[in-house]
Amino acid sequence: MLKDITLGQFFPGTTIVHRLDPRIKLLLTLAYITALFLAQGVVAYALMFVVVLTCLTLSKIGPKAVFRGLKPIFIIILITVVLNIFFVHGETVLLEYRFIVITREGLYNAGFMASRLIMLIVGTFLLTYTTSPIALTDGLEQMLNPLKKIKLPIHELAMMMSIALRFIPTLIEETDKIISAQRARGADFESGSLIKRAKAIIPLIIPLFISAFRRADELATAMESRCYHGGEGRTRMKVLKAQGRDFVALLLGAGLIVVIVYLR
Amino acid sequence: MHMLKTESLTHVYSSGTPFEHVAIYDIDFEVEKGEYLGIIGATGSGKSTFISHLNGLIKPTSGRVLYEGKDIHESKSFTRDTRFKVGLVFQYPEYQLFESTVFEDIAFGPKNMGLSASDVEERVLEAAGFAGLGDQLLKKSPFELSGGEKRRAAIAGVIAMRPEVLILDEPTAGLDPRGREEILRNVMNYKNAHGATVIMVTHDMEQLARAVDRIVILAHGKLEMQGTPAQIFSQDEALSALGLSAPKVTLVAARLRALGLKLPEDIYTTNMLCNALKELKQSKGKGESVRSNPGGDDHA
Ligand SMILES: Nc1ncnc2c1ncn2[C@@H]1O[C@H](COP(=O)(O)OP(=O)(O)OP(=O)(O)O)[C@@H](O)[C@H]1O
Ligand SMILES: [Mg+2]
Repeated sequence: MLKDITLGQFFPGTTIVHRLDPRIKLLLTLAYITALFLAQGVVAYALMFVVVLTCLTLSKIGPKAVFRGLKPIFIIILITVVLNIFFVHGETVLLEYRFIVITREGLYNAGFMASRLIMLIVGTFLLTYTTSPIALTDGLEQMLNPLKKIKLPIHELAMMMSIALRFIPTLIEETDKIISAQRARGADFESGSLIKRAKAIIPLIIPLFISAFRRADELATAMESRCYHGGEGRTRMKVLKAQGRDFVALLLGAGLIVVIVYLR
Repeated sequence: MHMLKTESLTHVYSSGTPFEHVAIYDIDFEVEKGEYLGIIGATGSGKSTFISHLNGLIKPTSGRVLYEGKDIHESKSFTRDTRFKVGLVFQYPEYQLFESTVFEDIAFGPKNMGLSASDVEERVLEAAGFAGLGDQLLKKSPFELSGGEKRRAAIAGVIAMRPEVLILDEPTAGLDPRGREEILRNVMNYKNAHGATVIMVTHDMEQLARAVDRIVILAHGKLEMQGTPAQIFSQDEALSALGLSAPKVTLVAARLRALGLKLPEDIYTTNMLCNALKELKQSKGKGESVRSNPGGDDHA
């Protein structure tokens, strides 16, 4: 059941989106998010929608994977929609019953907020689906490199991030195993009151922490025995180099922002 | 009626993603009450996936699992009941202990069954007895135990539910010979005391030859062969094609035979080899020839 959380998971592939320079992809994601928040009106949203759809198609990510990715935030989307429908009050009243007032503006708002949220999530998925965590942190490290001048430990931060990303799937898998073992002994995580279910979580956390510490310890030993000593003098196996397609992608991203601003 | 039965059981992991993987495919399998069954197969052949279906932890992608003739996913309450009747000990179960004392950990299952405190205690003590855990260990934190003791505590946690079918996934992996023997004896004792069915996944061929009634071989997610240990281990070529092999002693006996000793073909355990060699020695004492071709070296 936890396997359904695909957040931060990488789907290997060889499409054009996969092959883009991770730095460019990071920039494009930033551009995309900016555009999303600048977007106003149906036309702009439709344009953003087309952009997302095109990227998904290009990177060959199936609708199944997208829906699975959206599942964990479904509740948040639902709450947003409900709040907007009932609490945003505008001019045109569509329905009025006692204290319930639904207006056209409320409905519009709900629709926009929901699509904005969905597109935001899908857009960031696109980045993690098509970029391996290693490439991602590499890209981030290089983009932030100038900050080393002001003594920020960029390499160490990037290393911490890649380790964290690397261990998300492992921890999920581990949790799944522990859940299975306890379900095999009759633990019930699915039914009962909220309090009862929350209580059932406690026995999960203990073995999970223990194994996380064990893993951290093992990893530290493994890194030390391979003489890891931080960023100083470290060279890379894969040196990032932007190519023609990367610049084209960057131009398209800039173009998108311009168009969205123009549509405001 | 069969105790447990599967009908064209298939499981696909991560279907609809690039990671899609058919872990088991079209498995028809059954086990009788009181049977001791061994499951073998190369790494990744789907053994763990398969046995997780037998107590309803994983839902089949297609096909059915029947417990005493009833589909275990028929209703939620029946699935849960099945979990208590089909006890499953996972691979490396020692990482899953979590309570503050060993006693509490073993009591987790019986408590979930809704038993009274005195019943729970009785179950725990009985299970600890089967697993060979002394009273002073029960008061300790599970994290203070040795690896082998942890493993036995985890097994006790499942035995405490008094399952009718006890399934163990490589219970002896990573233990020293004595730890292995102890666990196998614990399982055997439980089986004899309760007339339970036992299904054991293992890589230890000699242990299989010694204890089990029937062996099932999985390969690439399919049920490839099944039969008594003698039937299975006599098919040396088929076994090595699946990345498996007969017990070491069988191979030793075959070599000795090739060197000229008159040994029988069906030697699957060290004991059998010893007895065969003793017999050979006695017949030698009576002046009969023990070699079929003079020239080979007699190491007996
Ligand atoms: N949760 C999962 N998600 C995706 N694939 C999985 C999952 N669990 C197992 N698999 C895959 O299914 C196949 C069968 O795995 P399984 O654990 O059943 O093998 P096994 O026979 O128990 O191996 P071993 O002897 O190493 O324990 C493997 O190829 C594995 O990679
Ligand atoms: Mg396994």
